[in-house]
Amino acid sequence: MTTLSTAANAQPDTGAPTPGEAAEAPLRGMWRQGLIVFCENRLALVGLGLFVLLAGFCFLGPLFYHTDQVHTDLTQVHLAPGEQGHPLGTDGVGYDQLGRMMLGGQTSIVVGLAAGLLATALGTIWGAVAGFVGGWVDAAMMRVVDAMMSIPSLFLFMLLAAIVTPSVPMLILIIGAFAWLGPARLVRGEALTLRSREYVQAMRAMGGTGARAVRRHIVPNAIGTVIVNATFQVADAILYVAYLSFLGLGVPPPAANWGGMLSDGLADAYSGHWWLLYPPGIAIILIVLACNFIGDGLRDAFEVRLRRR
Amino acid sequence: MVRYLITRLGQALVVVLLVTVIAFLILHLLPGGAARATLGKEATLEQLAAFNHEMGYDRPWIQQYGMFMQRLLQGDLGYSYQLNQSVSEAIMQRLPKTMVLSLLSTLLAIVVAIPLGVIQAVRRNRWPDYVITSLSLLAYATPIFFLGLMLIILFSQVWPVLPPEAPQGFTVAEVLSDPAGLVLPTVTLAIVTIAVYSRYVRSSMVDNLNENYVRTARSKGLSERRVVLRHTLRNGLFPVITLLGMYLPALFSGALVVESLFNYPGMGQLFWQAALKRDFPILLGVTLIISIATVVGALLADLLYAAVDPRVRLRRSAS
Repeated sequence: MTTLSTAANAQPDTGAPTPGEAAEAPLRGMWRQGLIVFCENRLALVGLGLFVLLAGFCFLGPLFYHTDQVHTDLTQVHLAPGEQGHPLGTDGVGYDQLGRMMLGGQTSIVVGLAAGLLATALGTIWGAVAGFVGGWVDAAMMRVVDAMMSIPSLFLFMLLAAIVTPSVPMLILIIGAFAWLGPARLVRGEALTLRSREYVQAMRAMGGTGARAVRRHIVPNAIGTVIVNATFQVADAILYVAYLSFLGLGVPPPAANWGGMLSDGLADAYSGHWWLLYPPGIAIILIVLACNFIGDGLRDAFEVRLRRR
Repeated sequence: MVRYLITRLGQALVVVLLVTVIAFLILHLLPGGAARATLGKEATLEQLAAFNHEMGYDRPWIQQYGMFMQRLLQGDLGYSYQLNQSVSEAIMQRLPKTMVLSLLSTLLAIVVAIPLGVIQAVRRNRWPDYVITSLSLLAYATPIFFLGLMLIILFSQVWPVLPPEAPQGFTVAEVLSDPAGLVLPTVTLAIVTIAVYSRYVRSSMVDNLNENYVRTARSKGLSERRVVLRHTLRNGLFPVITLLGMYLPALFSGALVVESLFNYPGMGQLFWQAALKRDFPILLGVTLIISIATVVGALLADLLYAAVDPRVRLRRSAS
């Protein structure tokens, strides 16, 4: 099946490549085709739009909507939305909720992206080395992954969060350092199958080097899987931050993140302060959905053999 | 089959051994470690050194690991000074209750997810498929504690039919004597599981519906109902057995959050309270037991899969 897909990639239907571009043609063909498929996927575009919108709200919002998110104001607690110039009201210590949503979103998005990327990078390297070297090195490296995978991730995160003091860089490190197991397995599997494909072996038989196999065949084929997985990693990392905050091991105030705001809002659920509960909850759902939609769209774009489904 | 059994068992043993190494390394090699946690911030350096010497923490770590393993094999997981109770005793009180919660929610998830997945596969790319897919994506994107709280608000406040708190009790029998209290925690934990399982069943059924044997069954004139329920479903469900094993870590992580939310006296809650109090013996013990449960669960799932699907054991023992 993959042989078919690369044949399709190698001959882009958008005109014949000029001789100078011929070397880069398969890769560019793949990206262009992927882009077309991605843009045809309405859900993926919705996800991308949603992500851009939420990120814009969090990072550009504070430029237009100034609030004090450092000093508490105990004369202004639990104001309902609209009261005294607070569109989304205030929380239990007097922070403006709309401004806090922006600040909290920044942390959630930054930690999600950074931890997702860190996990993907670590996992790709680990998996690629295991898959290429093979033999007992592969077996040993994968047993380590198996062992770490059988420790439920939340337990592992909490164990570490109990030892170190949580801060934004620490959260990124903790989540990134243990979320790489999934990508590692994925990339190793990919490397193993690709290495033994007929077209790679044919290229090797014609005198192609190992480096060429990696550069021209294995990286272009595996990169799709890696990118797709990275988007899901980002979504998972955002959820993990939320869980850690709920369990009391998030970033301490005055810093904020959507997960922490949501867990604080749980206490307000019974007192009718709905504006402290639903905005962060809905924001988390939206951003995780957005990442998953983008991931699904990218999967359709990159993994050609799944397209017909 | 025997060879497959032996290799698979050997792998599981290696993994369990590595888990003990990882847990040991995390807790014993980080600065401040157990001595600081047990004696508190006020302890002097002399007191810390004395404690470390008494517990053997000043010896080479390889020797420490040996001692740790020796105690572990005798069933001694250490002593929690904060609970004033041995770790294995604390775990034995909680473990059965977590098992009850996980088992109930997994059963519920299987019973609901299989029909959902089958409907999705049969009505592929039509509205039932889209509706179920959207709902499972939504369930997957919702933090489980937010989902649980929504259920509490709906079924304990707006329409008060269920208690918002899980049953409190020392033994499993006491917990089971209050089934109404178990409903919300079980359903909360099951909803996310259903989302994952139904997508898996869907894709497995879609794969199988494209197979030649399905075409054969159709062309010999069997009703679509019989083709789907008798021929495809059997093959389509095999991978779900593997999923049961693979999904265990996520299930336990979910249980950790659900137990904290509903105040359910299980392993998750024990672990959570230990993390907040920096009770390292409990943290280490729970991590070990949960991980071993995961490895054993995955092993059982694999063996069960090999037992019901002859293709697996033939292919795997050949390679």
